[in-house]
Amino acid sequence: MNASQTLKLYTTESRYEWLKTLRMPGFVLPSLLFPVVFYSFFGIIFNPSGSSSGAATYLLATYGVFGVIGPALFGFGVGLAIEREQGWLALKRISPAPAMAYFTAKTSTAMIFAALIIIELFAVAALFGKVAMATSDWLFLAAILLVGTIPFCAMGLALGSWSRGKSAPALVNLIYLPLAFLSGLWIPIQMMPAVIQELALALPPYHLAQLALKVLGKDQGYDVLLHIGYLAVFTAICLWVAQRGLKRADGQGA
Amino acid sequence: MTTNHSAAGLQVRELHHKFGKTRALDGVSFDLEPGNILSILGPNGAGKTTLIRLMLGLLPVQQGTIHLQGQVPGSRAARCITGAMLQETRLPDTLTVADQLRLFSAAHPAPLDFDTLIRSAALEGLENRRYSALSGGQKRRLQFALAICGRPRLLFLDEPTTGLDAAMRQDFWRQIRNLSETGTSIILTTHYLEEADALADRIMLLQEGRVVARGTPAELKATTRGRLIRCRTRLSAQELKALPGVELVQGRGARMEIISSDCENLLRSLLARDSSLADLSITEIGLEQVLTHCHPSAPNPTDTEEAA
Repeated sequence: MNASQTLKLYTTESRYEWLKTLRMPGFVLPSLLFPVVFYSFFGIIFNPSGSSSGAATYLLATYGVFGVIGPALFGFGVGLAIEREQGWLALKRISPAPAMAYFTAKTSTAMIFAALIIIELFAVAALFGKVAMATSDWLFLAAILLVGTIPFCAMGLALGSWSRGKSAPALVNLIYLPLAFLSGLWIPIQMMPAVIQELALALPPYHLAQLALKVLGKDQGYDVLLHIGYLAVFTAICLWVAQRGLKRADGQGA
Repeated sequence: MTTNHSAAGLQVRELHHKFGKTRALDGVSFDLEPGNILSILGPNGAGKTTLIRLMLGLLPVQQGTIHLQGQVPGSRAARCITGAMLQETRLPDTLTVADQLRLFSAAHPAPLDFDTLIRSAALEGLENRRYSALSGGQKRRLQFALAICGRPRLLFLDEPTTGLDAAMRQDFWRQIRNLSETGTSIILTTHYLEEADALADRIMLLQEGRVVARGTPAELKATTRGRLIRCRTRLSAQELKALPGVELVQGRGARMEIISSDCENLLRSLLARDSSLADLSITEIGLEQVLTHCHPSAPNPTDTEEAA
């Protein structure tokens, strides 16, 4: 296969993954609406500091993280679990398309959703939250959030390779929502009890949120490399767990 | 690459497979020539699906060898020349017929062109329909289209006509014959003996992971010489077994099924001993009787599907 055929194959896979996902209102609406609705409520409308945009700016970063990891976890986690169980994954594995094309298609779909969520949040923040930043900071924040979806795609992959199709949505919710709260995505981490602040150090969304907050100068002051290192190791572990999960499914003939 | 004998068709040698402690396959070997149709029969749990999944590279080979036109299962080269319809597969509900065909065709180096594919799977007019809106038969036809979109040299069909009505099954058989005439080798597992009889060049009977019988449909039938006699009689099974040329007796109450190698003499003595004998019928042995007769221990190789 030459390079142009390979490129065409990857774009075809991504295109149909995108179409397939876009036609599921049960996935699209919550993914695109929840982060911006929550942010509007807690970051802007019920903002205790009134006209000062401090909280609106802080929460833009953390709700940004909350928003972008949703499609990554659900698209990969639930999507993979269902497609594995329905035998669609087996059909894909029989076809000559490389497995990477399938995973790339799922990652790119999660990133397009992430990009849409970032645009929504930025628009609301700038128009109604009076958030003002240098253009380079807007772009930098967007880039961190976008690249930050990758560890959560890996996490979704790990969850989806182990869970059953029917239980996957419940499982992902059960992990996603507490993880978001305990990582300080809804309420700033400094306002949490000391125990939770320490616990947060072990949670992946906390580290992505700290990276995003660093752009705004509102992080807790740990080294950038700590956060990046944590997320890199976490991604590697997730990929290993996913590989084990898919192998195990093989052995059962599933 | 030289096209010697081993590089053509399919070769399976001494295949063993275990799931934990359960033995699924126990030394299966066979060959399939290009353009031939092999039907694998056997009760549920005989190892048919395990065998198919191993040949497709969906399960890792534990012991033994498989070569598909000289290629190892699961390799890209092997995937380029194979197509498959698997059991109990659901495609994504939100993709249309055209979406799925384009998606799978894109993965193949030289796919069938779109219109030919739509026509060969009788999917005309359904191009823009989503999978969730297709009928059962249409879903099977789409899965068949996905199996043949890459012009496979080897086609695996795991119970392809389960759930189809008689007319749809006939259509399907025609498709399969056409493909084999163009040189495609086909492996077909089925519960319908009639299907194996009508389509297969060769039949292989699997039981508890072993090949217990193989041959052409005619050869398998010939292994049990004789006729099947059905009748209502007051003679007991014991008495019947003592008559000349009786090979097997089975039945409930007065209804008896007798397989005989000497039909005419048996009939003379039957009628002489039982003047009330009724509902007599004599048929040539079908594949179904061969299988149950060769392996009376098998629970029911046909899985109660009546060969209509």
